[in-house]
Amino acid sequence: MSAQTFDSLLTLFVGAVLVCAVAVLWLSAVRAVVRVLAVQGLALGAVAATLGLHVHDAGLVATAAVVVAVKAVLIPVLLRRIGSGDATERERRPLVNVPASLVVSAALILLAFASTHVLTHVVAGTAGSLVPVGFATLLIGFFVLVARRRPIFQIVGLLLVDNGIVLVAFIGTAGVPFLIELGVTLDVLLGVVVLMVLAQRLHHEFGEIDLDELSELHD
Amino acid sequence: MLVVLILVLPALGALVCAAARWRPWAAWTAVSTNAAMFALAIVLCVCVVRHGALGGLFGVLRADALSAFMVVVIGAIAVLASGLGVRTIASELETGRCTERRATLYAVLVQVFVTTMVLAVLAANLGVLWLGVEATTVATTFLVGHHRTKASLEASWKYIVICSVGIALAFLGTVLVYLAAIHAGGHSAHALDWTSLMAHAHRLDPSVMRLAFALVVLGYGTKVGLAPMHSWLPDAHSQAPAPISALMSGVLLTVAFYAILRFKAICDLSVGVQFARTLLVIVALLSLGVAASLLLAQRDYKRMLAYSSIEHMGLIALGAAAGIPLAIAAVLLHILGHGLTKSVLFLTSGQISAAEGTSKIAGVRALLARRPALGGVFGVGLLALLGFPPFSLFASELAMFRAEFEVGLGWAATIAIVAMVVIFIAMVNHARLMLLGPGDGPRTEATPRFALAPLIGALAVCAAIGLFAWPLTSLLEAAARSVAL
Repeated sequence: MSAQTFDSLLTLFVGAVLVCAVAVLWLSAVRAVVRVLAVQGLALGAVAATLGLHVHDAGLVATAAVVVAVKAVLIPVLLRRIGSGDATERERRPLVNVPASLVVSAALILLAFASTHVLTHVVAGTAGSLVPVGFATLLIGFFVLVARRRPIFQIVGLLLVDNGIVLVAFIGTAGVPFLIELGVTLDVLLGVVVLMVLAQRLHHEFGEIDLDELSELHD
Repeated sequence: MLVVLILVLPALGALVCAAARWRPWAAWTAVSTNAAMFALAIVLCVCVVRHGALGGLFGVLRADALSAFMVVVIGAIAVLASGLGVRTIASELETGRCTERRATLYAVLVQVFVTTMVLAVLAANLGVLWLGVEATTVATTFLVGHHRTKASLEASWKYIVICSVGIALAFLGTVLVYLAAIHAGGHSAHALDWTSLMAHAHRLDPSVMRLAFALVVLGYGTKVGLAPMHSWLPDAHSQAPAPISALMSGVLLTVAFYAILRFKAICDLSVGVQFARTLLVIVALLSLGVAASLLLAQRDYKRMLAYSSIEHMGLIALGAAAGIPLAIAAVLLHILGHGLTKSVLFLTSGQISAAEGTSKIAGVRALLARRPALGGVFGVGLLALLGFPPFSLFASELAMFRAEFEVGLGWAATIAIVAMVVIFIAMVNHARLMLLGPGDGPRTEATPRFALAPLIGALAVCAAIGLFAWPLTSLLEAAARSVAL
């Protein structure tokens, strides 16, 4: 692959990851958000595959396959089974409404670019200039965690945080060693399964709730 | 070989528990695998002090004196907690508060939990260390929610969400260290081995390392329960079954702190002492402040113990901030002393709440008069925790403060002492209400003597270590050398 094709493909896929993160803030229907997460998983896999093909690293291509299998297929399938199974389930009363959320996400993206210039010096080339996108995805994930109140959106927020970090690992270091990446992906999968079981139990015990209604424990 | 065996033993216990379903013999087999692991950990300590670090599993595992010491702490508390857990679960099954399926899940997850902690401290590689710590979160979430009440469900949800965020930040920190290592010309397969990172620390980009270490302190600090990321801790530790609280408070917190110690050693070499020191002093003083202010008006004795853990983690962080060998040796001694006393206290508090039917301080009165043995163990445990001699926490706290004055952190040590005085007054006051007073009615011991014996034994060990530190001196010195300045 020529250097120019590589650069534009990498930028395209990394951009897709960020667009998906912003789309999570824009959408409120659970079904649609899960679909966006699947697309983001696919884009992450594409980033890894592009890098792997460029530097002829078989480990990275294998990582790409694992990432797609877990993040674009398995986790979305699991997430779809949470809650009432009602197709119209959505976030009704977010703490921050959609237009304001989009403004915040723009601010977070700027913050990510402003605060990570340390890294763009160390990592060379196009990849270096894309590292802040990983941080932006991570920050948007944090924002979803605090601004959305349904249990499933908290899981989505955690997954955005994780995807952001994986993106930094891919473009900053051409991926951590394959075995570690495999372990990390499996851990995330297990974590989602545990969260899913807990979300089902919350649904079972409390019915349709927002998380700030949980108030058994306080000082 | 020895290192691999230590990791495999508790996992074997998990397999037995999974295969046999809930049976007392299976549970006792698991306890004996933990006991064997503890015995081998002591052998490992002797080997490591005499012959230096041991590797295992194709370089994935590595045990130096620090790792060996941590395995001993894990082993001791795992034996205590899993041993008393058998009785707890058996009585829950009798009274119908637990089904056989949940009992099996409990027994398996406890062993998985112990295995993941051992994996974390024996990892040769910062990535594997992360995997171990992350896996502890996954393993313990259902254990926190074991009682299936609304409160325990809420606690386990908060626990996994907050700790997952923390552990994600720790992973980002690890990725950045890897990035710095790769760009300093490290070989990718070994770039995360902490031995090679220590050897090439001066070549790592300092600005990347600063960012990485800040993320690591924030991330693993969440698992340690350091303020301001501590909010999950009192909920999880008060809702979990007593043996789980003992394991989480006694060792899991310090296993996460072990990770910070490893990163700090690399960061100190790469960017100088001051950066890590400042960061740790800030989180330490914040934690002490949070603990002091929330202990004053505490109404629940399990939460009281949980906030006291935040206090002790703050003290440990302050000790690590000093960073000289004396301070690190004292930190390690404190990890052992706090682990033993806090697990004894949580296990005793489990017995108290089972006997009295409440975990409110106001609901328990005149315990010493009514249940002298149980109340006595709780009282002596609190004295040990508050730092009375001859218990080892007295010695370790004194040594930490000495070290802090030596490196010019006297002002921070003074603030810490003020917070400790407040905490001392608060806890003595709560304990006075619970323990003293005239008992009305006959003496009733709800807990058989044989169940209290291991707890008394653990407190005796803590006192013995405080009086004669000799079996530990060479181990602590060797362990401190591997991460101290």
